[in-house]
Amino acid sequence: MFDLTGKRALVTGATGGLGGAIARQLHAAGAHVALSGTRAEKLEGLAEELGKGAFVTPCDLSDGDAVDNLAAQASEAMGGHVDIFVSNAGLTRDGLLMRMKQEDWDLVQKVNLEAYFRLTKACLRPMMKARWGRIIGITSVVGVTGNPGQANYAASKAGMIGFTKSIAQEVASRNITANCIAPGFIGSPMTDVLTDAQKDAILVKIPAGALGTSDDIAAAALYLSSTEAGYVTGQTLHVNGGMAMI
Amino acid sequence: MSDVAARVKKMVVEHLDVEESKVTENAHFIDDLGADSLDTVEIIMAFEEEFDIEIKEDESENIQTVGDAVKFISAKV
Repeated sequence: MFDLTGKRALVTGATGGLGGAIARQLHAAGAHVALSGTRAEKLEGLAEELGKGAFVTPCDLSDGDAVDNLAAQASEAMGGHVDIFVSNAGLTRDGLLMRMKQEDWDLVQKVNLEAYFRLTKACLRPMMKARWGRIIGITSVVGVTGNPGQANYAASKAGMIGFTKSIAQEVASRNITANCIAPGFIGSPMTDVLTDAQKDAILVKIPAGALGTSDDIAAAALYLSSTEAGYVTGQTLHVNGGMAMI
Repeated sequence: MSDVAARVKKMVVEHLDVEESKVTENAHFIDDLGADSLDTVEIIMAFEEEFDIEIKEDESENIQTVGDAVKFISAKV
């Protein structure tokens, strides 16, 4: 349904389940994709799987200089500027606030929020010239609801939402949209190891009665990347099986 | 007309899609040439690229007209 032929997308955190699924769906819709992440080998594997139009651009998002070079690196690899930027990379350093170390706060803000700022800034300039662009931030339901033990992570994710709404207003007149996707509980290697009792405790809070999949999130990213979604901007699309209706 | 002035004029015509005759020395980017705040940011960035100079935020605030731009850039290059 959605055709991204001729578009070039940069996806961070492409080694993870979500990022990989997003890259696959954008690529399947015809986009060239630059796959970024810290584990080059894993990126190479994904690029090989995707074949033509997939490029590997490794980057450590906790390294500011490397982040500033990533957009240029991706453009060079794809043979043109980034049309669609999906900020998917993120990490957690969970702990109750009373026990949270400064470095756990700093690292989470740096990778989840600051890298989003730096990369968006770098990607916007050519998008403005081209009068077309898509900025997509993968945030989290906890950025809106909060979650005990995740003050640092929830703050970074809420920060992404406020940032996205601001730039959406700044660049809307240039045919550039900026939106967030807020996944709820998504099945992953991390949730696979939960006991049945633990899983039941989670599922009882989800009206849909199941965990989400990476493809549920990737489909949302595909939609927001599309030309069809051009009138949707500054929004947070919650993909959570009804777990939180906000 | 100096070389800088000619280049600036050409860039303004292209970026703002306005008639050449309107791009006079006293033409104000926003009031006379229909630029919005983002256009002014874009054109300042374009000047930086074209002339290989840096225009700081507080300096760019003083560049309101075509003449301002020519004067500022001429002093820098």
